[in-house]
Formats: sequence, C-alpha cells, structure tokens
Amino acid sequence: MDLWQAIVLDPILDMIDAPEFLAEVFIGGLMSGVMYSLVALGFVLIFKASGVFNFAQGVLALFAALTLVGLMTGTVPILLTQVPGMEMPPWLAIIITIVVMIGMAFLVERIILRPLVNQDPIIMFMSTIGLAFVLEGAGDILWGSEVKTLDIGIPNSTFMWADIQFQEFDIWAAVISAVMVVFLALFFQRTRVGRALRAVADDHQAALSVGIPLKAIWVVVWSVAGIVALVAGVMWGSKSGVQFSLSLIALKALPVLILGGFTSVPGAIVGGLIIGVGEKVAEVYWGPLVNGAIENWFAYMVALVFLLFMPQGLFGEKIIERV
Amino acid sequence: MIRNLTLSVLAASVLIGGFAVDKATAAEETIFIPGLVYRTGPYAPGGIPSANGLSDYFNLINQRDGGANGVKLVFEECETGYNTKVGVECYEKFKSKKPIVVIPYSTGITYQLIPKTPIDKIPVFSMGYGRTSAADGRVFKWVFNFPTTYWSQASAIINYIGSQEGGIPNLKGKKIAHIYHNSAYGKEANPTLEVLSKKLGYKLKLLAVDHPGQEQKATWLQIRRWKPDYIFLSGWGVMNQVALKEASGIGFPMDHFIGNWWSGTEVDMGPVGAGGHGYKAATFHPPGGKSKLHDDIRKYVYGKGLGAGKVERIGEVLYNRAMLNAVFVVEAIRAAQKKFGVKVTTGEQVRWGLENTHFTEAKWAKLGLKGYPEIKVSCEDHEGGHPVLIQQWDAKAKTWNIASGWNPVMKDIIRPMIEADAAKFAKENNITPRDCSKED
Repeated sequence: MDLWQAIVLDPILDMIDAPEFLAEVFIGGLMSGVMYSLVALGFVLIFKASGVFNFAQGVLALFAALTLVGLMTGTVPILLTQVPGMEMPPWLAIIITIVVMIGMAFLVERIILRPLVNQDPIIMFMSTIGLAFVLEGAGDILWGSEVKTLDIGIPNSTFMWADIQFQEFDIWAAVISAVMVVFLALFFQRTRVGRALRAVADDHQAALSVGIPLKAIWVVVWSVAGIVALVAGVMWGSKSGVQFSLSLIALKALPVLILGGFTSVPGAIVGGLIIGVGEKVAEVYWGPLVNGAIENWFAYMVALVFLLFMPQGLFGEKIIERV
Repeated sequence: MIRNLTLSVLAASVLIGGFAVDKATAAEETIFIPGLVYRTGPYAPGGIPSANGLSDYFNLINQRDGGANGVKLVFEECETGYNTKVGVECYEKFKSKKPIVVIPYSTGITYQLIPKTPIDKIPVFSMGYGRTSAADGRVFKWVFNFPTTYWSQASAIINYIGSQEGGIPNLKGKKIAHIYHNSAYGKEANPTLEVLSKKLGYKLKLLAVDHPGQEQKATWLQIRRWKPDYIFLSGWGVMNQVALKEASGIGFPMDHFIGNWWSGTEVDMGPVGAGGHGYKAATFHPPGGKSKLHDDIRKYVYGKGLGAGKVERIGEVLYNRAMLNAVFVVEAIRAAQKKFGVKVTTGEQVRWGLENTHFTEAKWAKLGLKGYPEIKVSCEDHEGGHPVLIQQWDAKAKTWNIASGWNPVMKDIIRPMIEADAAKFAKENNITPRDCSKED
C-alpha cells in the first residue's frame, strides 16, 4: 500500500495540487524536446537519403559551432591567437560557416561515401564513426579545447505568463526549430531534389538507373545536415559555451529517433517533444523516489517500449521485405 | 650479399644505439613522476590548466634548481580523457618506470587505485578529491588527500553560510539544495550534508545531474519550486557552465549560489557572462598569479620557451591548484631525500615524505607563496584539516576575489565520520589499521 501511495498516488496528487507547476514542467519539457529535435533532424536527413545512421552528427554540430565561434572571435586556426580587427559579425560568420559545412559535405562524399556505394549500411555506419573521430581531432587542432563563449544575441532572461515562468532562450529555440521543420518539410515534399533524396534512400542502384545523380544528392543532403548541425550547435553552444561535450548531445537524439522514426522529419519533432516532456515529468515527480537523475535512462526506457510495439517508430516507414 | 651486409649494419646500429640510450639514461639519475591528465574530451577545458600547472612546476624545479636536490624530475603525461578505465591503464603502463607517486586527478580513478597501490608501493596523492575517508592514514597508509577533503569542505561551507546568516543557530529552518554530478565525486559531500542537516536543523534537498550535465531543466524546475535559500554545487565541466546559466536565467541570487572547489574556475564563468557576477566558490588556496613563485615560473619556464600553456593563464584557479599539488610532491621528495640520505627516492620513501608534510608560514614564504595557513600531515591524519576560503566572481574584471577569511572545518563532526568509514573499509578488506605510535 505504501509503495502504491509513493509511486502512484503521491505524484498524481502533487500534480493536481499544483497545476501551474505541472504546466511549467510540461512547457519546460516541450522546450527541451525542441532542442533534442534539432539534433535528431540531422540524423533523419542523412538516414532518409542514404539509409546510414550518421554517428558523426553530434560532432558535426560541435565542429560547426567551433568554426562559427572561431570566425566571430577572429581566431587564427591552429595558432589559436585572436587577431584584433578580424572579428566577424554573427551574420557573416554564419554564412562562412555554412560554406565550410558545404565544403565538408563535398569532402565526405568524395573521400568516404563514393568509395562505399552499394556497401552494406553497417559499413557506411562504421565510416561515420571514423568521420566522428577525424572531425573531433580536427576541431581540437584547428580551434583548441577551451570552452568558447557563444553570444549571438539570444537573451537569457525570463518572463511570467499565467503564473508560469518562460525563458526567452527557449522561446527562440522553439521558433528557430519550427522554421527549420517547415523549411525541411517543404524541401523534401515539394522539390525535385527532395524527391530524389527519397528515391536514393530506397535504393542506390535503382536511383542511379533512372538517372538520379547519386553524388550530387549526397553532397546536398550532407550540406543540409551540416546546416542543421550548425543550428543545433549554436543553440546548445549558446547555453553551455562551445566545448567538446557538445558532441555528446547526439546521445539525446537517439531515443527521439527511435520514438519518432529514423525517416520522418515530423517524427523527429514529435519524438523530441514526447521525450522532452516525458523525461521532465518523470524526473520531477518520480525522480526523488530513486535519488533523482532518471531522465537520461527514462528517455531510453520509453524508446525501448516503443521498439517493442512499433519498431519503425511513430512516423517511420514500415519496411516490408519479400523473401 | 650487399643487402645482407646493409641489414647487419643497420641491426648493429640499432643495437648499439639502444645501449647508448640506456647508458645515458642510467648515467643521469632521475625521479619519475607520472601525470594522469586529460587534455582531450569533454572535460578538457578543466584538464588543460591542471596539466599545465603540474608540468610547469616540475619544469621550474629542473630549470631553476637543477632538480630536487640536483636530481632531475621526469614528468610524463598519460591522457585519460577523464575516463576511469583509461586512467587505470595509464597507471599499469607507468608502474614499470618506478614512479614515486601517482596523481590520479579523478575521484573515479583514485577509487580504482586505492587497492592497487599498497601492493605496488606507490603512494596516491589525491589532493582535495578522491575518497574522503582515506584521510584516516591508519587504514589508508598509501593514500593522501591533504590539505582538505570533500567532507571537510562541505562542513566549511555550512560554517560559511551560517556566518552569512548571523550564526550557525540561524541555519535552523533554512533550505539548502545540493546539486551534484551523479558520480563518485559528486556524491562525496552528501553524507556530511545529511549529518549536518540533522544536527543543525536546515532542510536539505539533494539533486543529482547525470554526466555530462548539458541538460538540467528538470533540476532547475525543482529549484524554482522548492525555493532554496542557498544552493551548493558539486559539478564538473559543462555541468557547471549550464548550472550557472540556468541559475542566472531564473534569477537566483548569485551570492547565495556556492560551488565546491571544482565548480569555481575561470573556465566555468565564460558562458554565463555578466549573469555570473557575485557567484561564490570554495577554494583551499588564494586566487591570482602575483606571488614570487608565479614570477619564477614566468622567468625560468616561460622565459625559456618551456611553458606548457599560455603565459597569461598562469594564476588561474585550476593552474594554481595543480601547481600547489606539484609543490607538495617536490617537498615530499626533498623530505625523503633528507630522511633516507638518498638522491633518487623510491615510492616508499616519498610516502614517508608525504606523511611527514609540515608547511609552516615560514616554509610557505620560502617557497614564494604567501597567505596559506599551516598544514600538518601525520600517520593518523592524511588530510591535514586545512580550512577553506570562499572566493567570489567579479564578472566585470573577470577575476576571482577572496570573499571570506579561512572558514574552519567541523573536525569534531567530520573526523568520527572519517574513522567510521575507514573502519568499515578496513573490515571489508581485512586491513589491520596501523598503530601510529609505533611508526617512524
């Protein structure tokens, strides 16, 4: 009876007693979920276009953010000295970083993907593990390991509305994510390149046989994933400073992907929101029963339950293979 | 024929060359000190200044004094990435080089090395971290954690909060939250805080944050709801930076937010910017780089282009702490050299040196450091019972300033806890505690 009281009754009564706090937890979870979705989107893009789980997505976000801060602060790569007068305004640094990410997409296609056309997905996956190590090392050599402050003018203040506290930073993150999702949804559904991307994802050989330029498609998709990584790196880096632990944000995206499906852009968003809200509610109301810090494993547990009943995730494509 | 001859000459050259290197090494007497450091990975921003502080001080001793009483110190780093498993591998790799001490620079690694070092006869020096109950030298003969420990630190911080509230009795009914890294390190202060909570009557909330601590919204929602009077932070790496930003974001008064000594460094304060003004943190050494010892490092190490980092970063909190760590090691070597009448010391001899550490005001001054209290280590007490300073961040000047006197630790409460935990460890591991009256 005591156990029932502690596990079920008390948390529910607590929610009923303080509905405005429950709303705050819920909204806080949604805001965190948006940040997870930002990371998950990059994974979905590459998986949709190549059927490859890109292990390097977290490091891509780190590398993009490092490049952006380096340009904004006028830092000379490798030497790590800041040259007065070389500092760039955020808009210019963002444009140059996007160019760098596109250049990287060309290199990834030329050096990694092209030699591996038609290889098993596991081999492509292994190659992205290698890429993660190379990019992390390159980021260290080029920009150093120190924590870098990233300020692109997003305010960190709070405001109250209907007895609920909001952080302006979270609102900005939600707006930016919404814009990204709309842009990506239009890109995939309404453009020739988007349709070609989906064809490539289904079958490399078949796509090639109908004249879809596989190499160009991979460059496009890795470029878009690089830009998404930049946005994720900027949002997470603005919170914590740009540092190498940013690469670990990929771990936050995994349960989101399992839940939302590896091939669905809306799935990445909805999955992120469910995980965000679920882990915050679990941590706040049930965490104290087991000394807290349950949100990380709780997210994976939710994902595991979904795997049991919906292996393709909420929005993922059902894969039917004829034998 | 010519090919075989060439190969033979090459092989002979390698052999002779090899012997020559061995002879040169043997001819030059050295003392080997391994450094388990982390210059890469998610915790590198804290690991780099720490590694630099160690390296620069050992270099200073070689460059300025020609070594410890003329014996060169060989400091070799092994990259752990702050990973316990890798740290243990580093230790195993270094063992054959006869290190005189091991500096783990991680509570997790320290815990793993505690059972190994008595067998290998290498003392562990976990300065201000690691297992707190290792302060009982009767049980933990080979482990040293002076000048103070996590439990003592927690008691000193409660003392400080008491002083801010007009006296310890006024803590009754106050709310104190402990936000901690969900690891062996982060949990160390919890038993002390719980005991003191029962004794002094303050309400305590323990909030764990998982590695790496990039996402803490749930923690800060609970803070918003509970509305603590003070927050004590035991974080590391990105967890500190995010915590500070969240606290600033919800408008928590920064002068009521107190970090432990791994949560109060220059590295932590960058991302929060002006919002971090007034944040406080514990330390067991003064901040800044204006002592004579710092000047010597600039002159003899950086002046010769041998510095491990950037000269402008000398004097940062983590740099100073590692430098202090190296100071204690070198003085233990010197003490052992004098006691045993040797030039090249062994791990056993340096263990004696560490156990007989005694830093008086005069000794601090001689070393070029001022403003430190007396430290005395003994067979029973490997902690030294050093008091704790509170420093406060000035966001405009981007410096830490001293915000309190030396806050005493509650030895009357902490020491029995240490002895009880050590006795439990001794029982579990079949260790017979030493009789310190019979020790040299």
